[in-house]
Amino acid sequence: MASALINVPARARRGEIIEIKTLISHVMETGFRRTQVGAVIPRNIIRRFVCSYNGTEVFSADLHPAISANPFIVFSTIATESGTLAFEWTGDNGFSAKETAAITVE
Amino acid sequence: MERRAFLKIAGGVAAGVGLTSIVTVKPARATPAEMQEAIRAVVGSARITPGKVKLDLPPLIENGNAVPLTVTVDSPMTEAEHVRAVHVFTEKNPQPYVVSFHLGPRAGRARVSTRMRLADSQNVVAVCQLSDGSLWSDSAAVVVTLAACLEDGI
Repeated sequence: MASALINVPARARRGEIIEIKTLISHVMETGFRRTQVGAVIPRNIIRRFVCSYNGTEVFSADLHPAISANPFIVFSTIATESGTLAFEWTGDNGFSAKETAAITVE
Repeated sequence: MERRAFLKIAGGVAAGVGLTSIVTVKPARATPAEMQEAIRAVVGSARITPGKVKLDLPPLIENGNAVPLTVTVDSPMTEAEHVRAVHVFTEKNPQPYVVSFHLGPRAGRARVSTRMRLADSQNVVAVCQLSDGSLWSDSAAVVVTLAACLEDGI
């Protein structure tokens, strides 16, 4: 199972722009590499990342093989209300990982 | 075997050999023209103006396997005027596509970062789509000493 690291401030003022950093362990195999006997190593990447704030999608990304192993994505959002930020990664071979982070807005 | 049947089989074999040789000769690498095609396939045919976008990449990269990249767009990020998407493309990686970020007014600030692979010294291009449909771009030339994708697999 993939492990993910999420960095979200626990508290924020209403209307403040918060920076979110996400890192997930994944090989991101490109599908262009070969083994020593010449067989192509099949592609295995994360294709999509979505961040939802209390159920509303606020950010998403489509990834391609040119993204490094262990995809690291930094983006920002406006702290509108207390609640949860949900993160979801989906990819090849039925890969799916979910993570949540709580935020208190005052 | 009849002559006609023999010719059919021989023709088929020759065509097959021709196809495989084309596939093996083609390098696993995109070209600047392919990158332009890829950009058009993603953002459409509207005019792309240089400006507003800033693509930050180190100019000299030791290891192409993890290159930090930041795209900043000069935009107020309001409901009326915001960045809808940011796309990144490369010239010489096996595929021109790198990543597409989808933002909105709730992003607050138009700045995204990630880490990418670079197979060679080349130009990297960021194209952003604003809410009014206009397209803006920036490019960065990078020199890579150790390329990604070259190491042996398992």
